[in-house]
Amino acid sequence: MLTLTINGQPREVDAPADTPLLWVLRDHLNLVGTKYGCGVAQCGVCTVHVGGKPVRSCQLAVGDVGTRAVVTIEGVGNTTHGARVQQAWLEEAVPQCGYCQAGQIMSAAALLDRIPQPNDADIDAAMAGNLCRCGTYIRIRRAIKNAAAKPA
Amino acid sequence: MTDIQSGFSQSDAYLSALIDELRSSPTAPKPPVTMHRRTFFKLTGAGAAGLVLGFYLGNEARAAETPNVDAGSRGAAGEENRVMNAFIRIAPDNTITIYSKCPEIGQGIKTSFGVIIAEELDADWSHVAMEQAEINPKVYGSQGAGGSTSIPRAWNQLRQAGAGAKAMLVAAAARQWDVDPSEITARDSILSHAASGRSATYGALAATAATMPVPDPKALKLKNRSEYRLIGKRYRGVDDPKVVTGQPLFGIDVQLPGMVYASYTKCPAAGGKVASFNLDEIKGQPGVLDAFAIDGTGVMVEVMPGVAIIAKDTWSALQAKRKLKVEWDLSEASRDSSSRFSARARQLATDFPARADVNIGDVDKSFGEAAKVIEAYYEYPFAAHAPLEPMNATAHWHDGVMEMWVPTQQPDRGLPLVAKAAGISQDQIVMHQTRVGGGFGRRLVNDYACEAAAIARKVAAPVKLQWTREDDFGHDFYRPAGYHQFKGAVDKGGRLDAWQEHFITFTADGKKEASGANLTDNLRYSIKAPNLRRGKTMFPLRIPTGAWRAPGDNAQVFAAQSFMHELSFAAGRDHVEFLLDAVNRDVPELAPKDQSVNFSPRRAADVIRLCAEKAGWGRALPKGSGLGLAWCYSHAGHVAQSVELSVDADKQIRIDRIVVVLDVGPIIDMAGSEAQAQGASTDALSTAMGLKINIENGRILERNYNAYPILRMPFAPTTIEAHFIQSDHSPTGMGEPAFPALAPALGNAIFSATGERVRRLPLRDLGYSLAV
Repeated sequence: MLTLTINGQPREVDAPADTPLLWVLRDHLNLVGTKYGCGVAQCGVCTVHVGGKPVRSCQLAVGDVGTRAVVTIEGVGNTTHGARVQQAWLEEAVPQCGYCQAGQIMSAAALLDRIPQPNDADIDAAMAGNLCRCGTYIRIRRAIKNAAAKPA
Repeated sequence: MTDIQSGFSQSDAYLSALIDELRSSPTAPKPPVTMHRRTFFKLTGAGAAGLVLGFYLGNEARAAETPNVDAGSRGAAGEENRVMNAFIRIAPDNTITIYSKCPEIGQGIKTSFGVIIAEELDADWSHVAMEQAEINPKVYGSQGAGGSTSIPRAWNQLRQAGAGAKAMLVAAAARQWDVDPSEITARDSILSHAASGRSATYGALAATAATMPVPDPKALKLKNRSEYRLIGKRYRGVDDPKVVTGQPLFGIDVQLPGMVYASYTKCPAAGGKVASFNLDEIKGQPGVLDAFAIDGTGVMVEVMPGVAIIAKDTWSALQAKRKLKVEWDLSEASRDSSSRFSARARQLATDFPARADVNIGDVDKSFGEAAKVIEAYYEYPFAAHAPLEPMNATAHWHDGVMEMWVPTQQPDRGLPLVAKAAGISQDQIVMHQTRVGGGFGRRLVNDYACEAAAIARKVAAPVKLQWTREDDFGHDFYRPAGYHQFKGAVDKGGRLDAWQEHFITFTADGKKEASGANLTDNLRYSIKAPNLRRGKTMFPLRIPTGAWRAPGDNAQVFAAQSFMHELSFAAGRDHVEFLLDAVNRDVPELAPKDQSVNFSPRRAADVIRLCAEKAGWGRALPKGSGLGLAWCYSHAGHVAQSVELSVDADKQIRIDRIVVVLDVGPIIDMAGSEAQAQGASTDALSTAMGLKINIENGRILERNYNAYPILRMPFAPTTIEAHFIQSDHSPTGMGEPAFPALAPALGNAIFSATGERVRRLPLRDLGYSLAV
């Protein structure tokens, strides 16, 4: 049994230590907002926060999470930047198919945690690992700027 | 099991027929969806929430005559479930639930369908909840999403549903208030009678409305464009709040009590069969519950042979899959090689076939007399769809019912295939719609649903089949490569005079082009040369092809509209003038024979002109910069696109601005339509720059995104302007039309900037890249 801290709650998990965090979240904890896309850290749809940093959960063994706090798309709305990013995503009507958007939002919220007023180059660097097959990039960029401009 | 060759042919025929139907005149659906009175049906007493008003509309009166039943029941796919398929339910608290009959794949249909119904219903949009309808083609007619046809096919049906419900509410109020119905006005889910000062909510009237006579759909007066209050405004996607908070929506999100998880492994070379595999070793892997081979039906669009592994969770199933060692019987498997096709096509290109498919005027005479004759060879590669949600499906065989959750573009068409794959009858299937994490034409095929159903027959629990990304790349229905040898002529007046095209393509059955590999009618209408000859050569192909966003057009328009630019340049003409001149030519043989085809030279000319105007066509640009423009008629939309860019000495392209002008009739959701125009342009840029599938010895070489460079944020264009010419024509779809003309506009702009002609895709093979 492993004990993880997920979205502020302690969660017991009965999974082999080498199981990727992605599949523990989805199959064991029923937190299916974090998506599977490629399994090799190429698409970013599985992005979660571990110890405050954006991480591709398909590449992180659950046994290596340790005591670091895990935040997923289901819990990121309880953080200041997560809530602003989600609100901005609604205001800009970002999603098309929507499958990549949880990962996009997690990367965007982590960016604002690190750089509250990002410029275009900051956005490019932070979001380069998140694919969007529908091509919503224009609205993602606009939504990040919208979130950054929201009053504290 | 069908033998492999006939399975290939059968599979290809299925997809070819589907693509033909999706390409064909969506403005005139067959059978007509105009409702008969008997199918316009009311529902009372449904559900526990008290009296609600519901309607459903179908193609068969039998379904409509179902007596009142409990809407909450969810057993076998019998009559009682059909009441779940109402388009509209009005609750006493004035909440209106509208059911979207077609899959949401990112095209925004769940929002647009709601807006169309709510418009005629005069509903308060802020109190409308959208739900996904269950699958029942007997009630709903077509429930697919493909070919940008959802809107044109459902337009009248949905408007009549809204108007019919409103008519019954008005009748109820007229009776309660003892006034003439014509004196009652409806707005924002409230009916009012000005003279008496009375008003009531739809919710308050729903119970009485349900007892009113059902109106004759043909007698309903539908709104004209000037009366729209909801259609044409900007909307947020109805599921966006759930998307941004990570709530379960997609097929992959289905989790059921007692569920087990499956992987399925097919031969990397299409058509290979399982000879043997390491069964004992696989059964001994951690978490594995069972493993077995499946013969399948031998038909690509159903179930091909493979090995299923059942495990207690997805990771265990995927880990065991890595340990799987299958001895494949390759006797009937594909040995296709894309590099060999490419080399052979080049050799054959100038040997125009003895028999032409199209021969209008006198091409040879024109070539003899023309002011200019030029030739060029164009080529584009195979492409995979690669939607971000990997193929998956959940199936539960219980109580003689196959209950399924499938992220698919064609749930209705999946029913007979699933029935065959599982060896059951169609009425034993209950299929639930889920949101779909990208379609692009890949999910017109229900192969993964058929596999899940075949597996579920052997598993005493709900089972979720999960493909890996490698499975997804390796077992797609690919956009076919294509090779075009053009010869064209311009006359002394600088006008397009002759067009000869040798199209080298593929065949699955040895007789006709493989699915998605035939020249589209759209090109026939839009390349109006008075002397025109087309012929083809076909290579046998065992890799399955299919519908890739704007099938055929997505690449053929690149070749044709690039060559049009070569011709205008050779003629020394302004390209926009040359295009307008060609569009307005009268070549009777090239006019659509089918009256329902909405191709219009005037609409085409209007989008070209407006695009040129918005793009600032004709102004001087700095050295190294270029402006390219192209147009297409695709999926009933008339579209022009321009790209303005600069190219540096290292062939790095900086995209300054893209302009898209569309005429698809009236716009339902302006925000959603802009998103489609921008998204399709971005997808087209991404595809032209980098996407290519290589096949060697029947195997797909690119198996994940690291080998298939879909455009990423740093390279994405920041300015894509969408303009819409809104007309009174019936609306047509937005999913595909904004794709095809982007690549030729890009290539034409590169030529203008550099003098180098782009005749081969992707551009990265020619040394080009996008600047950050």
